[in-house]
Amino acid sequence: MAFVAFGSQAPAKDQNPTKGGRVALWLLLPGLFYLGLFFITPLISLIITSLKQPSLSGGIGRYDLGVEFGNYAYAISQYAPQIFRSFSFALLATVIALAISYPIAYFIAVRARDRPLLKGILLTLVVAPFFISFLLRTFAWKQIFSNDSFIVNVLKDVGIFGADSYIIGTNFAVVFGLVYNFIPFMTLPIYANLDRLDLRLVEAGSDLYASPATTFRKITFPLSMPGIISGTLLTFIPISGDYVVASRDFLGGPDTAMIGNVVEANFLRIQDYPTASALSVMLMATIVVLVSAYVKRSGTDDLL
Amino acid sequence: MAIDFVARGQDLELKGIRKEFPGFVAVDNLDLKIPAGEFFALLGPSGCGKTTTLRMIAGLESPTQGEILLGGKDIAGMKPHERPVNTVFQNYALFPHMSVLENVAFGIRQRKVAEPLPQAEKALAMVELEHLAQRRPQQLSGGQQQRVALARALVNRPSLLLLDEPLGALDLKLRRQMQIELKAIQMEVGLTFLHVTHDQEEAMDMADTVAVMNNGNIEQLGAPEVLYERPKTAFVAKFLGQSNIFIGKVAESNSETTSIDFNGKKITGLTSRSEKHSGKIAIGVRPEKTNFHEEEPAANSGLNILGPGEITDIRFTGVSNQYQIDIPNVGEITVFAQNVGRSPVIELGAKVFVSWKVEHSFGLADLPSGVEEEL
Repeated sequence: MAFVAFGSQAPAKDQNPTKGGRVALWLLLPGLFYLGLFFITPLISLIITSLKQPSLSGGIGRYDLGVEFGNYAYAISQYAPQIFRSFSFALLATVIALAISYPIAYFIAVRARDRPLLKGILLTLVVAPFFISFLLRTFAWKQIFSNDSFIVNVLKDVGIFGADSYIIGTNFAVVFGLVYNFIPFMTLPIYANLDRLDLRLVEAGSDLYASPATTFRKITFPLSMPGIISGTLLTFIPISGDYVVASRDFLGGPDTAMIGNVVEANFLRIQDYPTASALSVMLMATIVVLVSAYVKRSGTDDLL
Repeated sequence: MAIDFVARGQDLELKGIRKEFPGFVAVDNLDLKIPAGEFFALLGPSGCGKTTTLRMIAGLESPTQGEILLGGKDIAGMKPHERPVNTVFQNYALFPHMSVLENVAFGIRQRKVAEPLPQAEKALAMVELEHLAQRRPQQLSGGQQQRVALARALVNRPSLLLLDEPLGALDLKLRRQMQIELKAIQMEVGLTFLHVTHDQEEAMDMADTVAVMNNGNIEQLGAPEVLYERPKTAFVAKFLGQSNIFIGKVAESNSETTSIDFNGKKITGLTSRSEKHSGKIAIGVRPEKTNFHEEEPAANSGLNILGPGEITDIRFTGVSNQYQIDIPNVGEITVFAQNVGRSPVIELGAKVFVSWKVEHSFGLADLPSGVEEEL
């Protein structure tokens, strides 16, 4: 369902169910096995854990099987701000990443279409951050934004910043880090879509009295919708669950924790497995609901 | 933006248009005048600059120099969306994310015309597709898409309609049918049509005036019959139909006839149908104007006679047969004979003479490419 947006939608055809069906089943088996082992099993395990109750023996980190729905209520009441913050950050970062990525993707795919060298260089630049580990890059930003860094000192000297201002640990730093890390995931699907854009349609638009701005709004943009949907999903979903950028070890502070950080803390430090699992299940369920509604509303069916 | 939309077509005039691309000149100093309401065809092989010319008129390319006048007004500096010109694109370029009706309504919506949808419906009715208005373009056949593209352009009542090989993607039968419909629509709406094509039959069939283009220049311009009967250059003689061409020095020229010496044989044409009357010139004749005979025809000053030669190839094309006749010292000659069931000779290898009337010869202004001009 939600992931239809990633692929081209081949119309479902009624084929001969006997022979073709059996071959298809055999071809599907490895995939189904993989899904069963690495997706369904952990998911069930997670749901079971989320319903456990504290062990009667009372040891820390020991839980017994149970049907304790109170874990969910507790997680929500305890971590509502983090849950809300996660989705707000994810939404904000996705929108900013889209605003930055679309012009980049458009330039590479459309303006640089006839210049293969320039196109290759620009695409390499988009992908280049991947050559360095995600953690290292985020850590590099921590240093750039740290309290005695050159940038912060200059901002203070110029007078934009007060003497006791800081960047690390603020909402700005976290959203900045999220946007920075996920721009390639937004740029590449949009690029892949715009690269196939038939420029003759744009010419037809201008021939039919549409100004460049109108042509973009009525033709280029709607036709690039599948790329935008893929890009926003590839950005929004991982950002909602991200636990690196917002952690205190990187760009975050005490007031920037997202669900990922809470889940990490509950699993690894507090050892409150049921609450952590309940949070994970809710995160997943919320993403599925949001994304389904989003894909349905954007009407990918109307596109090619 | 104030665009003057007129219900009838306007004159188009190109003055000294030149278009350079990096490394080559696509259109070289082109002058052209198309009167309002005319169906004008720009005919030429691929790469001759015809599509570039059309794109410059549409505003999709800008000329390196020259003026484009529409109804006396220079539009060369105008953006494509400001020009009262519409195009039917070669691949139709229908918007895949809109219904057929929305495609047709696109242009009039941009012009903020009141009630765009009823007008679009009327245009669709004109091309007999009103029942498919809610479909997507990709659900239509090639011929239907072509008609949608036509309706999308015509609904705007442009001063000038540009057609960029719009029938190229259709099969032969459908193409014939669309040619007839297109011509009928043009007569009905009275707009100026500029049709770009490499299909000589299509150009001759539909257009009032045909301009044959080659290497960025117009070789010859005129009514289809005139172009066919009196080609002036070797390119036109060969591109528009087929021709047998003979090259030789003028042996004799008076007010009536001009003759050349072609490898010792005399080939004659009318002086009035010859562009040049001295030096080395080319004289041609259309294959269907030639006849072949088993016996040598009696010598006659009104007849060019060549032969004997051997039939080396016979091709059956339905209404006529094409014969290749190899005459020693002359070369290959093509003869078309109507397939009326009384062809005198039909076997390969038969010895025949070829003749045609002097008044069917035409003298060209240039020599076919590859032939050196001798001094």
